[in-house]
Amino acid sequence: MTGYHLAQLNVGRPRGPVDSTVMAGFMAQIEPVNALADAAPGFVWRLQDGDGPGATALRPCRPDIMVNMSVWQSLEALRDFVYRNGPHLDAMRLRREWFHKMAEQHLVLWWIPAGHLPGIDEALDRLDLLRRGGPGPLAFTFREPYDPPLSGQPPIPERASAMVMARSGMSVARS
Amino acid sequence: MSSDLSVIAVLGDPVRRSLYDFVTAQDHAVSRGEAAEATGIQRPLAAFHLDRLAEAGLVEVTFRRTTGRSGPGAGRPAKLYGRTPAEHQVSVPPRDYRAAAELLAGVVDVLGSEQELQRAARSRGAAAGRSALRGAADAGHRDRLTGMLAEQGYRPYPDGPDIRLRNCPFHALASRYPPLICGMNLALLEGLLDGAGVTGVAARLDPRPGECCVVMTSSKNNEH
Repeated sequence: MTGYHLAQLNVGRPRGPVDSTVMAGFMAQIEPVNALADAAPGFVWRLQDGDGPGATALRPCRPDIMVNMSVWQSLEALRDFVYRNGPHLDAMRLRREWFHKMAEQHLVLWWIPAGHLPGIDEALDRLDLLRRGGPGPLAFTFREPYDPPLSGQPPIPERASAMVMARSGMSVARS
Repeated sequence: MSSDLSVIAVLGDPVRRSLYDFVTAQDHAVSRGEAAEATGIQRPLAAFHLDRLAEAGLVEVTFRRTTGRSGPGAGRPAKLYGRTPAEHQVSVPPRDYRAAAELLAGVVDVLGSEQELQRAARSRGAAAGRSALRGAADAGHRDRLTGMLAEQGYRPYPDGPDIRLRNCPFHALASRYPPLICGMNLALLEGLLDGAGVTGVAARLDPRPGECCVVMTSSKNNEH
């Protein structure tokens, strides 16, 4: 057990509005799959809103981009759910029926102090960082994961990319 | 490759081969006695060959007390032999299809062409199913299916009314690209069912640790 939890953000551009035929299969499995996530070992928290199942009504970055965000006790816990849970793996298999392939990274993972719940700004910030600089300790992917910080080290700043960008003289543009 | 070749050469002995087939088809690590009985050979001979398999890394050794007792007087723990996740591949002359497969899978992933891959897999599976059907048209559906799955390296075993698959033929690739390769595998197996005219059975994703991600479930309940 480390003093860190793993946060995850996914963004996706759906092939149609949430009430369209093309998205019907996706919308139908949101609630059952979210229920499986809630009951999965190592699950801590997920982003929800009051207007639709899961976070499907939230559009924090662009009106045509859906987000999905959660916190897990470890990378293995999240990996087990994403890739080894039957209904979730099945949804992953069918994702191209529902979502456009994005040219840029659509998933980012990062470590947060246990107990902290990430805000959407923090999450989009990490995605920015990943897209600009590739995987690193502050923002990474399943394929190129990084270990949580060792205890005794200074905590990771929430606005990591703002800090890194300020240092390198770049500005953070949000699409 | 030369080390893989010497590992595989250990299987050249027919007794070892039958012990290997038995051990790797089980869902638990087996004792010498169990393996000897299943393969119809003497226990000391089985022990000798099982240890050769273990030395080569083809099976994994664990020790466990089978009596349930512990402490002094509980006896020596039994030596058990089970499946190992290690894989060995030999090609003569040298070929490296796995590196090519990893590159191609990576590109399909980048392109987001999963659906095209699934379509291609489904028709490949159907072709394999049709040719299997010609070979065993008079076998029952379940036997024909189990035969086909065994033929393709899945190591099928019954699990109640379902058929589960002990081995993933695409293991290394599937661990690297799970949705892509498990989706491809499911499409292959759906195609196989179609092509072979097997009815009353549906393939679906239900991953279990160390096994193939697909289960064949009986869909009899849905038939009228």
